[in-house]
Amino acid sequence: MSLSHEAADGIAHVSGVDPVFGKLSWGVFPFYEPIILYTFIVVALGGLAVVGALTYFRLWGYLWKEWFTSIDHKKIGIMYMVLGLIMLLRGFADALMMRGQQAIAASGGEGYLNAHHYDQIFTAHGVIMIFFVAMPFVTGFMNYVMPLQIGARDVAFPFLNNLSFWLTVSGAILVMLSLFVGEFSTAGWLAYAPYSGLEYSPSVGMDYYLWSLNIAGIGTTLSGINLVVTIIKMRAPGMTLMKMPVFVWTSLCTNILIVATFPVLAATLALLTADRYLGTHFFTNDLGGNPMMYVNLIWIWGHPEVYILVLPIFGIFSEIVPTFTGKRLFGYTSMVYATCVIMVLSYIVWLHHFFTMGAGANVNAFFGITTMIISIPTGAKIFNWLFTMYKGRIRFETPMLWVMGFMLTFVIGGMTGVLLAVPPADYVLHNSLFLIAHFHNVIIGGVVFGIFAGIIYWWPKAFGFKLEPFWGKVSFWCWLIGFYLAFMPLYVLGLMGVTRRLSQFETTFYSVYFIVALVGALFVAAGIGAFIVQILVSIKKRDQLRDTTGDPWNGRTLEWSTSSPPPYYNFAFTPRVHDLDAFAQMKREGYVRPTEGYVPIHMPRYTATGVVMAGLLTVMGFALVWHVWWLAALSFAATLLYGIGHTFNYNRDYYVPADEVREIENQRTQQLAGAAE
Amino acid sequence: MTGTSSDTPKEFFVIEDPHHGDDHGEHHHETGTMLGFWIYLMSDCLIFGILFATYAVLGQNYAAGPAPADLFEIELILVATFALLFSSITFGFAVLRMDMNDLRGTILWMIITGLFGAGFLYLELKEFTHLWHIGATPMASAFLSSFFVLVGTHGLHVLGGSIWLIVLLIQLGQHGLSHENKRRVMCLSLFWHFLDLIWIGVFSLVYLTGVLL
Amino acid sequence: MKRLMPVTALLSLFALSGCDLVVLNPSGDVAAQQADLILYSTVLMLIIIVPVMALTVFFAWKYRESNKNASYEPDWDHSTSLEIIIWSVPLAIIICLAGLTYVATHRLDPFEPLRRLSDGQEIDPSVEPMVIQVSAMDWKWLFIYPEQGIATVNEVAAIVDRPIKFEITSTTVMNSFFVPALAGQIYAMSGMQTELNAIINEPGVYKGFSANYSGAGFSQMHFKFHGMDEADFDSWVGQVRAQGTALDRETIAELNQPSIAHPVTYYDSVEDGLWDKIVNLCIDDDSLCLNDMMMVDALGGGGLEGLWNRELFRGICSADDPGALMAMIRPEMRIREDEIITAMTLVPPAAAN
Repeated sequence: MSLSHEAADGIAHVSGVDPVFGKLSWGVFPFYEPIILYTFIVVALGGLAVVGALTYFRLWGYLWKEWFTSIDHKKIGIMYMVLGLIMLLRGFADALMMRGQQAIAASGGEGYLNAHHYDQIFTAHGVIMIFFVAMPFVTGFMNYVMPLQIGARDVAFPFLNNLSFWLTVSGAILVMLSLFVGEFSTAGWLAYAPYSGLEYSPSVGMDYYLWSLNIAGIGTTLSGINLVVTIIKMRAPGMTLMKMPVFVWTSLCTNILIVATFPVLAATLALLTADRYLGTHFFTNDLGGNPMMYVNLIWIWGHPEVYILVLPIFGIFSEIVPTFTGKRLFGYTSMVYATCVIMVLSYIVWLHHFFTMGAGANVNAFFGITTMIISIPTGAKIFNWLFTMYKGRIRFETPMLWVMGFMLTFVIGGMTGVLLAVPPADYVLHNSLFLIAHFHNVIIGGVVFGIFAGIIYWWPKAFGFKLEPFWGKVSFWCWLIGFYLAFMPLYVLGLMGVTRRLSQFETTFYSVYFIVALVGALFVAAGIGAFIVQILVSIKKRDQLRDTTGDPWNGRTLEWSTSSPPPYYNFAFTPRVHDLDAFAQMKREGYVRPTEGYVPIHMPRYTATGVVMAGLLTVMGFALVWHVWWLAALSFAATLLYGIGHTFNYNRDYYVPADEVREIENQRTQQLAGAAE
Repeated sequence: MTGTSSDTPKEFFVIEDPHHGDDHGEHHHETGTMLGFWIYLMSDCLIFGILFATYAVLGQNYAAGPAPADLFEIELILVATFALLFSSITFGFAVLRMDMNDLRGTILWMIITGLFGAGFLYLELKEFTHLWHIGATPMASAFLSSFFVLVGTHGLHVLGGSIWLIVLLIQLGQHGLSHENKRRVMCLSLFWHFLDLIWIGVFSLVYLTGVLL
Repeated sequence: MKRLMPVTALLSLFALSGCDLVVLNPSGDVAAQQADLILYSTVLMLIIIVPVMALTVFFAWKYRESNKNASYEPDWDHSTSLEIIIWSVPLAIIICLAGLTYVATHRLDPFEPLRRLSDGQEIDPSVEPMVIQVSAMDWKWLFIYPEQGIATVNEVAAIVDRPIKFEITSTTVMNSFFVPALAGQIYAMSGMQTELNAIINEPGVYKGFSANYSGAGFSQMHFKFHGMDEADFDSWVGQVRAQGTALDRETIAELNQPSIAHPVTYYDSVEDGLWDKIVNLCIDDDSLCLNDMMMVDALGGGGLEGLWNRELFRGICSADDPGALMAMIRPEMRIREDEIITAMTLVPPAAAN
């Protein structure tokens, strides 16, 4: 009796690698590709410069002690933002390369990217922008702002928070490594089976994708649990649910969504991992596998994911609009209900991503209509912001500009979204550049604009000085113009029947549209550049831009009641809340900041466990990608032991002595007195 | 709607008495841990939910290979099931002992729980090796893939729970029934009962329906 | 359509400027109905989008900080009547849109036979739709004409004003069969068959392609769709017959190898039962057809023996009495005969495809 050929395949697959180096060899470095070689040289030189500078200025110790091992939610929040910004540069470089390739190919040239390279780039672009740009930015905001807004001193599980962050970094590192060691996936950001299976994607690219998202996904889930518990358990006294700022509400809904969907992603990716590593048949074409199940599962996670990104951004707008109109938010209650309705509905719309798979008319109509229903609460939100502006005193500072850009742009994206939700219309628009234009319309016009608005809005809170407005406005206009130039042609191209993910074209008919889109992308590049210039200029001029009041915008929520930047314990005295806009009420009623009666404050200790565990898991991920089994087993065991070791440490917190609190608070008293003069 | 000021000035800060009040914080954190652990269990439950759904979709795709009736030895599984069910009861006894502040009783019942857990794992491993030996590997059909992954994921959880149990026994030995340790025992107990619950699902959906239908 | 004048005017502007919005201006009736649906839905939504955008700009301008004449009410944050409007107006529009969606989704279900030839022209029920079997391969399209007994690669033709029924599958990863001028797309997936009912109303050459990314040769995975009158079609068929070779299992196994930008190829004959073999993933001699496999599974699986000798079950699906055959191959199944019969009634023959 011979082994069945499936079983034999599985075993051959497992044993067909070098016992020490797995699939690694000198050939895995793709430096024969000139583009990658130059990128590598630039990145390597840049990296060396950064490492050199850090060493020269002896900053490693500082970074390690004050940042990497920090479990202060504010520092972790800032680190998330830094991660998001770095990855934005990478993700956007991919976008520029795609736009360049399509512009050249549509004009009759071959272009500089072959199909294999182009396919990796659009996959990397999607994965990076969603998982390692948008998610870190959004999580960063929730980490930094939410505890301050609820008057808490940290999150519920500070160590887990640090671990979550480093797991996200670990995922990002694996994606970045794939650029220079081996290759990345060519399967698109959602890795549809059976293409992503071993039969059609045998290379390590898919494995990088899987381990990167598996590891980062654990981090996101843990962070979701953490923030839900924080909001439920750690609100300042008096802050009932209906007195929470809208950003806290949207954070709550987002984190509930995270907890309820990321396990689905984890399970789905685990099954695909099993298909690739054990030779199972979940999503294969043969032996009873079902690729359609993969598509369903991945979108059961994927659709709520869209709302995970956009809900906190709605929260950010709901903070910015009242502040800069100098008014209470219109329709707080309906805003809250709208958020909750969106949260629930986002679970029952996933099938609209594949109406064309051949489900029956009833199924398609059901999911089409549920999708449309989501536009009602979303529309209500837009109206609420609109009527907040009504009879206000609108200050058009940079954050408000972004909000205006958002409101005018997002509704167009919403409209095309509802259009795509009509199944027969989707039959002709599905997978076309119209779809690409639609989701960039909502993600750039919604999420990205909101991220910039939020960064500029909360920057003075985090660093104690405002961002310089000139370059901020340059950045805004470049982004806005760039967005329209880049994506309006794509709407038209979609209606001309051009599908997505093409690296070559039959005709030169589309040339002008792709060239305009490229110009748009260059404008966006200028916008990103202006944003970085804005930060650098502001750091240089920080003394002129300094804010010593802690409340530079005349804010309305509790984060503005403490100093900028806040002390590590956030609040010397836990605030007591009576009204929705707690700080606005405090100011209106002439609150007096207490300057004595300090008590010791209970705070958690910093720990290196998160960094070390995430580092070990990165090694494990890398080893698994390259089938270096011994290293994978070793690093996994080490992670486990290190984690267990951490549980033997019972000494995780301490009390900040009242004297230290007094000293810090006295400085603030002097600052405030200085500001008042 | 405007929250107009009342006559008396409002308290905007929690002014604590410097001499006590730290206990409050401790208590706060603890309920947070239990809530967090519950939420974690729910998210884990979702993972199992997906695996169950996968089994429901693929469980009859035998790829012209063996069906449950050809493979499962229900007697063995029944023994394993009872081992796990008993372990839940014995963990209950451990928690009862803990509530009476009886360290030795707690440890004893937890050891018994661990032994039952080990028994369950042994039987499961035995089943898996048997199946593997006769060629019914996860690679043979979608049914076997979903079977091995569902049952195997549960088994890995039991293994994880057992390792946790051993670690906790050491910590109980070191620090006794301290605040943190009690919390940890409660979390592990939740985890253990949760795994029991999942197993009841596995047993009914996979084994009972598989053999009876 | 009269109410849509401004929109159509705008779109014809696009058309005049030399851009061919094929999706909005197609040549097949199904796609035309889909285009109308896009227009109707857009107009419905503009009812709310335009005022919102206008109000946004107006409020931003009117209530700017420097305009001290505008009223300022910092504590105004609620108005029941406004709230009712902002929830109910979108709701009303979505109700209209939902009604439209429900009707249109059923009317334009790609699996359903057509109900009309074109706007105002009823269908002749006696005319059978022309069946074209379509298989996506790495990275080309195979078209089989069972009626004519011919096959082509990367070129397909159909008769103007005669309904077409595409039966679609894939021998590889998921693709999507899409001719924008003809009708909406539908996925081509291996091991199963999707359908698309469509009609072309104007003669011409239209582009078709895969609309779902499928790998390295995806960009070149396009074909030409010809709409022809009956005479032209007959001469095209004649041309295919004249230039073509036979399509049998050997040639198709060769064709099934990945290739990029495969040239247009004609086949003058198609081996019997080839389509079933393509759908059931058993072009290779040694593999068990999916329908046979599913029949065995429906009968309770192939037992441990099936792990090693799956080939035993070849052809069980087409046997007169698969239950008996199964009982012969797996004698121990006899004790479960009742179950087998029950199981068989649960599997409609169509599902075996």
